Amino acid sequence: MPGFAVYAAFLLYPLLRSVQLSFYDWDGLTLGKWAGFANYQEIISDAGLRSAFGHALVLMLFFAVIPVCVGLLLASILNRAKVRGLPFFRTVVFLPQVIAMVVVAVAWRRMYAPDGTINDLLHAIGLGSVARGWLGDYALALPAVGFIGSWFETGLVTVLLLAGMSRISGSLYEAARLDGAGPVQEFFAVTLPSVRGEIAVALTLTVIAALRTFDLVYVTTSGGPGNSTSVPSYEVYHRAFELGRVGSAAAIGVTLTVLILLISLVINKIGDREGSR
Amino acid sequence: MISRTEKAANYVILLAFAAFALGPIVTVVLAALGPNDAGDTSGFGNFAEAWKIGHFGTYLRMSLAVSVSVVVISVLLSVLAGFAFGTMRFRGSGILFYLFLLGIMMPSEAIVVPLYFDLRTLGLTDTYWAVALPQVAQSVAFGTFWMRTFFRAGGRDLVEAARLDGASTRRMLWQIQVPLARPAIVTMIVLVFMWTWNEFLIPLVMVTNESLRTAPLGLAFFQGQYSQGFTLLAAGAVIVATPVVILYLFLQRHFIAGMLEGAVRE
Repeated sequence: MPGFAVYAAFLLYPLLRSVQLSFYDWDGLTLGKWAGFANYQEIISDAGLRSAFGHALVLMLFFAVIPVCVGLLLASILNRAKVRGLPFFRTVVFLPQVIAMVVVAVAWRRMYAPDGTINDLLHAIGLGSVARGWLGDYALALPAVGFIGSWFETGLVTVLLLAGMSRISGSLYEAARLDGAGPVQEFFAVTLPSVRGEIAVALTLTVIAALRTFDLVYVTTSGGPGNSTSVPSYEVYHRAFELGRVGSAAAIGVTLTVLILLISLVINKIGDREGSR
Repeated sequence: MISRTEKAANYVILLAFAAFALGPIVTVVLAALGPNDAGDTSGFGNFAEAWKIGHFGTYLRMSLAVSVSVVVISVLLSVLAGFAFGTMRFRGSGILFYLFLLGIMMPSEAIVVPLYFDLRTLGLTDTYWAVALPQVAQSVAFGTFWMRTFFRAGGRDLVEAARLDGASTRRMLWQIQVPLARPAIVTMIVLVFMWTWNEFLIPLVMVTNESLRTAPLGLAFFQGQYSQGFTLLAAGAVIVATPVVILYLFLQRHFIAGMLEGAVRE
């Protein structure tokens, strides 16, 4: 199995080496020193690293929770209404998914720039006082980066949920109507339970995307201003290749992997159980 | 059943959301076509200028070389491995399969650090191979899973029928299964191509030599070095995004189906 050989050499072996390195204090040049769990302890004790993981949580809200809520609303409207132009709509909202993240980041830097599109819009509607350099603002940079995530994940989630909803049999809706359900009850009684599986998939994908956002942060803010938009995947790069703290970087990478595995496991367990009722 | 106002509202929502999705993209394209801030070019001249200053020709060549070879190698390996997992029973296939599954979820961040230092020891960093091979491994993890699902669905019966007819395993795979698997293989080609083209972290870490940069990497550096206005940067962004977008528009049904079904892999 040559496939497995390549796979083992370039994924499995490095992963093991990552675990090994994470127990060392190594600058990448001289001989490393055994450090035990010190690198892992640092993740908990170092305020900067703690906040990086905290930022990842905030990004999850923007990458996963908001798109799933908006996507549910959009998809249920589109599913019930037989509108024309649906294929066009699907193509358009999915488009952000296929564009290189670097291009997305360049585009949004422009949107957020002090003389950029968003501020122009704000001035045009008389809200010029709100205008600012969004990515340079300590309090607003992280939500601003997160919002980019909402922008490109919502399309994916909507299309995914639409696919799930189109499989719901129409007789379920008729039965609900006969029981006197309005559109809102219909949504909670019929639509929502039927797409549990799709919601689980959407959450898994978007949460993982939130946790491994690297290129977006690297190109838009490089973690700044200060450390206000730093995320774990950025810290891996920053520590290993800019600060020369390889062991610490490896420990963050391993932690990130474990987190991703755990989260996808939990989401799938919940999705399975609820779905098979 | 649906009233006229409701219908109108639906179209408004649809259009508003389409505009939201397209807004930033349109901004970039318009900026790329607008007058250059330096004032000497405009319209399509910007693309020529960006192409020249930004060395995008070199970057696109590298991206194309990496993407095509990753697609070819990983599709070949995935078909073989997926076929084995899907139709045969062998010792350790369960454990091996879970190892592949792990690879699908593993973030590049987890492997890139030791990979860099080990490849440096071998003298492989700053080569084309350092960019391509790790991505072959990632794609093989996904592709094996993808092809296994396909071969499983139709595989075993066909295998037995063909065996009764005296076909060898190799013949069976290439002459019976692969033609049948065409749609699945096309989707995989499209997805792997997109992922490889858009990958950023691995080329960023593995390559310092300018002539080995891939297109997204080139764009990031272009942004850092070229700060006179947005026009040429926008033109560069359009240049980098266009190949995948064209592919998407042509094959969007495969793309969307593939992303959604590929989504179920997790």
